[in-house]
Amino acid sequence: MATIGVLALQGAVREHARVLASLGAEVRLVKRPGDLEGLGGIVLPGGESTTIGMLLEEYELAPVLRAGEIPIFGTCAGMILMADEIEGSDQPRLGVMRVTVRRNAFGRQRESFEEAIDGAPVTGDPLRGVFIRAPYVTDVGPDVEILGRVDGKIVLCRQGRFLAASFHPELTDDRRLHRYFLEEIVQRAAHLA
Amino acid sequence: MEREVGTFRVKAGLAEMLKGGVIMDVTTPEQAVIAERAGAVAVMALERVPADIRAAGGVARMADPRIVREIMDAVTIPVMAKARIGHFVEAQILEALGVDYIDESEVLTPADEQYHIDKAKFKVPFVCGARNLGEALRRIAEGAAMIRTKGEPGTGNVVEAVRHARTVNADIRRVVAAPEDELGTIAKELGAPIELVREVHELGRLPVVNFSAGGIATPADAALMMQLGVDGIFVGSGIFKSQDPEARARAVVRATTHFQDPAVLAEVSVGLGEAMPGIEISKIAPAERMQERGW
Repeated sequence: MATIGVLALQGAVREHARVLASLGAEVRLVKRPGDLEGLGGIVLPGGESTTIGMLLEEYELAPVLRAGEIPIFGTCAGMILMADEIEGSDQPRLGVMRVTVRRNAFGRQRESFEEAIDGAPVTGDPLRGVFIRAPYVTDVGPDVEILGRVDGKIVLCRQGRFLAASFHPELTDDRRLHRYFLEEIVQRAAHLA
Repeated sequence: MEREVGTFRVKAGLAEMLKGGVIMDVTTPEQAVIAERAGAVAVMALERVPADIRAAGGVARMADPRIVREIMDAVTIPVMAKARIGHFVEAQILEALGVDYIDESEVLTPADEQYHIDKAKFKVPFVCGARNLGEALRRIAEGAAMIRTKGEPGTGNVVEAVRHARTVNADIRRVVAAPEDELGTIAKELGAPIELVREVHELGRLPVVNFSAGGIATPADAALMMQLGVDGIFVGSGIFKSQDPEARARAVVRATTHFQDPAVLAEVSVGLGEAMPGIEISKIAPAERMQERGW
């Protein structure tokens, strides 16, 4: 199976690494540009998007990821970094998806919650969504598939090689989204290459 | 499934998101913005940093809610604030203000010498200090969703943070190595619930995120604590009591990310100006050591 990177500048790195390894992927923690070589895909974990975005630029990881060859799965902060528009913010980002996100869209930590998401297009049965100061998507471009909603808000979407979730599947035992990323996105991209 | 708010998973989960990051003490909205621009993952809103609390003496209490609010309005990253040990009403007030994490902190003067706050009752998560595994597990049993070393706040001297991190590590190694039939006796010695001791035995680490705090003043200090195995860094007085807070804040963030890369550590440590003045621990009377507060 392909080597999958987990961006390890800051955030919930070990949780993603654990899930990916349990699915049989070779996992590599990514901190420097050299770590990106030969990756079949990369996960951008939850964390603080302002911090990660800044370090992505400074340590020269952003240009390679922005080129769009490497499939990306972003959760929470990862989703924010993948968006080309962030409401009210000029913070650094990759901007690989034609979506607009709103940060801390459900409120502060006090309002953080767990709730089922109808993720049927991807996973069949509902997913358990863990939302922590989570963003959601307020607008999407024509190529973006909407895969899950909560309160009518878009919390899961895909554009080609890019998959973005507002929530944290890595904090649950549910590996279906990671499996979807590996099987439907990483493997297909490898076939096309 | 109905919406569930304030579950332990979302409380401990926020701490997971802070891992590998730096949380900085700030006393004004301007400082909070400097911290955010430098790459802090969260700020701790205070009226005075620990070094000034130590110098001022008297009773140190929760910050004025006006300061906390102004700081919350100034940044988009999480905002933490401190309540006195055992002062559950200060915690209620901080929760009502909407802070993202409450630090039940020995930096403030304890309000209760016997009981810590019943943290499980709150929707907002708590972080607490610990010097060893028993203390950490007692706080987790009370509902803390994140642990940090106590260190010795406001000293700019990392020695106590090192002692506490190494002690927790040694305690964990002992629990991991012990056969299961000895865990009950170890739990008794630690003064910690057996269920949590069993969890440590299985996980090989604390069941929640463990940061370092109390005396970190340089990028090298931050990387030292990271190499000792902590999950992230709190810097109290170390940033805004130094000569060039902005440069130092940036350097500590980068040192925490690249803690295993001496070339980066060397580069970020150049030209930061004077660090905060330090205090030798033996010069502080035992009764004035903040780490002795709590149990």
